[in-house]
Amino acid sequence: MFLSRLRLPSSETQSTLTCNGQAAMSGGCGRNPPPFPDNEDQEAELDTRVLDSDEDDDDEGEDIFTGARSKPITPTSAPDEGDIFSEEGSYIRSDVHHATNGLHSDEELDLFTEATVELTLTNTTSQGRREIIGPTASACNTTHVPNSILKPSIVTKTMEELEEEESGDQFELNIAVTNPEKIGDGMNAYMSYKVSTQTTLPMFLNKTFSVRRRFSDFLGLYEKISAKHSLLGCIIPPPPQKSVVGMTKVKVGKEDSSSAEFVEKRRAALERYLQRVVAHPSLLQDPDVREFLERDELPRAVNTQALSGPGLLKMINRASDAVNKMTIKMNESDNWFESKLQEVENEEQLLRRLHAAVDSLVNHRKELCINTAVFSKIVAMLGSVEENSALSRALSQLAEVEDKMEQLHQQQAFSDFFILAELLADYVRLLGAVRCCFEQRMKVWQRLQEAQSTLQKKREAEAKLLWANKPEKLQQAKDDINEWESKVSQYERDFERVTCTVRKEVLRFEKEKARDFKQHIVKYLESLLHTQHRLVKCWEAFLPEAKAIA
Amino acid sequence: KIYEPEVHSDRRKWRMRSVSVDLNNDASLVIDIPDALCERDKVKFTVHTKTTLSSFQKPEFSVPRQHEDFIWLHDTIVETEEYAGFIIPPAPPKPDFEGPREKMHKLGEGESSMTKEEYAKMKQELEAEYLAVFKKTVQVHEVFLQRLSSHPMFRKDRNFQIFLEYDQDLSVRRKNAKEMFGGFFKNMVKSADEVLISGVKEVDEFFEQEKNFLLDYSIKIKDATAKAEKMTRSHKNVADDYNHISGALNNTAADNNTAFKNMCVLQKVEDRMASDQELKLTELLRYYTRDIQAAKDLLYRRARALADYENSNKALDKARLKGKDVAQAEENQKQCLQKFDKLSESGKKELTSFKARRVVAFRKNLIEMTELEIKHAKNSVSLLQGSIEILKSN
Repeated sequence: MFLSRLRLPSSETQSTLTCNGQAAMSGGCGRNPPPFPDNEDQEAELDTRVLDSDEDDDDEGEDIFTGARSKPITPTSAPDEGDIFSEEGSYIRSDVHHATNGLHSDEELDLFTEATVELTLTNTTSQGRREIIGPTASACNTTHVPNSILKPSIVTKTMEELEEEESGDQFELNIAVTNPEKIGDGMNAYMSYKVSTQTTLPMFLNKTFSVRRRFSDFLGLYEKISAKHSLLGCIIPPPPQKSVVGMTKVKVGKEDSSSAEFVEKRRAALERYLQRVVAHPSLLQDPDVREFLERDELPRAVNTQALSGPGLLKMINRASDAVNKMTIKMNESDNWFESKLQEVENEEQLLRRLHAAVDSLVNHRKELCINTAVFSKIVAMLGSVEENSALSRALSQLAEVEDKMEQLHQQQAFSDFFILAELLADYVRLLGAVRCCFEQRMKVWQRLQEAQSTLQKKREAEAKLLWANKPEKLQQAKDDINEWESKVSQYERDFERVTCTVRKEVLRFEKEKARDFKQHIVKYLESLLHTQHRLVKCWEAFLPEAKAIA
Repeated sequence: KIYEPEVHSDRRKWRMRSVSVDLNNDASLVIDIPDALCERDKVKFTVHTKTTLSSFQKPEFSVPRQHEDFIWLHDTIVETEEYAGFIIPPAPPKPDFEGPREKMHKLGEGESSMTKEEYAKMKQELEAEYLAVFKKTVQVHEVFLQRLSSHPMFRKDRNFQIFLEYDQDLSVRRKNAKEMFGGFFKNMVKSADEVLISGVKEVDEFFEQEKNFLLDYSIKIKDATAKAEKMTRSHKNVADDYNHISGALNNTAADNNTAFKNMCVLQKVEDRMASDQELKLTELLRYYTRDIQAAKDLLYRRARALADYENSNKALDKARLKGKDVAQAEENQKQCLQKFDKLSESGKKELTSFKARRVVAFRKNLIEMTELEIKHAKNSVSLLQGSIEILKSN
């Protein structure tokens, strides 16, 4: 039973919130809101703020929002510039920086003013490898490797050491994916995207170059990278998902806003995918990546069916199953892995939840858009019927204000989606990739376990032979033992290497993530800020109209 | 640092936010509803009167009244023949707590599956929603009474006085009234209105214009009200989503997130914007949809009076032809004409002042709404600027 007494004077149930000097907007505070510059300046302001970078390297960011360096964000469409949903058949992608003209600019350099990726080029992997191999070699010389849980004689590097290796020489490599073009007709049609690279890295033939690629090429790249690097325990960024429905609409030639939206969504996703790939120091070194960026014609990638959304998901989900099967604790550092994996899984759940909430936000905002447009029309009609002329004019003005609000809502929905929702979706998949990488380590561990148990069996066999005094089979047994001993040490080395790699990868990932999230959240808040500024302007313009009613 | 908006709870300001003109400018009879109690389905309003009129027993007094009492008062006035030439202030709609009540059920059912913070937050929101519905219904009941008190004829109405003064339960009277009139007028086919009004051969240009205007306007304003409601509902949904987003974030271990905590507050601001827009614009449209209907009712009564007059003319002609009951027919005709003229005269006055009243009300509410929207948007701006700065400096 709900009982409430509404007392409108002093004892009103609604609490009066405290006024923080800076933010209160009550009449009594007498604070003037900060003057806002007009549109152009404001955008310039936003840009410079985005480009600021803080070079301070903090320790690993625990929660997703703290971060050390702030990297400039890759070019995505600004809410108020350009018309993503223009129906003219040309897909225009506009840039945050107002100086660029978007796609149709001949100066490729302009596309990259915002898309900087800072890389470290120190050969951390090989260096690490060397260090591990050293002591292991000595361990190998002992005749007995205890059968019990292996205690690595090599302590994996401390956190600080790993981080120091990260920062090193920094070269520039900027990538943009632009100019989606439909090639062909009907069901055989496909979208071709321009992949442009701008770089100072010596391993590339030119400083600036571009190629055209199609979606299956990106999937093919993923397959190649994955085959090579995932075994080492690297976190491979997952490619954007296939979408039969989305692509069919495009193929069939439906030139409506939803197709345009789909193409833009895909273009942006492909761009982010490539940027993440080249942000990874080992992947950047991979010749397949280089070929993808540079080579004019790529052989058609086949067998990309396996990389459909559900297929990838299945692969990733097996990861957690594998880890759950692990019953033997390996060593102390294993606690780190166990708790880290748990963290990853928790975070994935959290991000899924967040993504669902943001998705709902996007949809509701789109609804608000439609309802505002409808309302604007009826207000206009009311204004036209109104007999009092001043009120009639005010109502038509109100209709215009509502119309502007509809546009603002539309743009905000766009930001909601591209800045927030896609970020969250990306990271849900990336966290899946992280889990994959834990699985790799498990696989290597299992292989080591099996080899150790085989070695043990071989030794027992030898002992039996010695006891049964069968010298002719003894040699075979000794050969077997040697073979398996070297296998075991190989697998031990592999395992240590993978452990080290995974650890490093996870740390790098966490840093990236913290940075990424911070940037995007800032960008999102800035988009909200922009919308609110415009709102103020709209209503302030209307106020005199309302006052003019007589 | 968390930036939080300041909430005005100034009683004076609140009470003057009526959709009509400031109706309490005559000190001889001042009415307000300072208090209301909501118990399950029933709302009890405290009607407070201050008067210098001798027709009342005391200079100041309060009585508890239910919604049904207001309806009774409205109906008795509508059914009073003398008031046929006036626009009867529309009856206040029934208090509708269905929305918040549903939410409350959900809250009760989901309590076990929620964290303490989530529950507290939802409860807080629920209370805010209840408060909003409260305010709305109190406002609309108050305005009804104030329209009556500021009208030269209605304020003298005996039943009005009883309503204000009688310190016993009115339900007995209500029942009697129902038996007397049987809701007669209300049960008349309302759809006949439109046909009758538009069918009248209008000589008077004023009424011709008014008729055309009111018929067209009433359709459009009804439509506008529905669409405004839809829009503000969407707005509330967006605000709710922000709430869910910040709720999901509160579950993270690392909660030192000022930026997203501010999202919470942002949500409150968005919510308030939606409510204010609702209160101002939507309520305005809703109210005038009803008021337009009341004006149309006046036109209807006048049209009926005209029809009666025309019929009386025909009857007189027939009587003259037959040579029977001529005096009676003449008398009837005279009365019909008188009634019609009276209705036309007072009707003209009423409709003219209605025009002015409507324009003033629109002006007032549009200004207040705009000022509130500006205030909230500026608030958002400073909140966002603060959050962005904090995030960037970390």
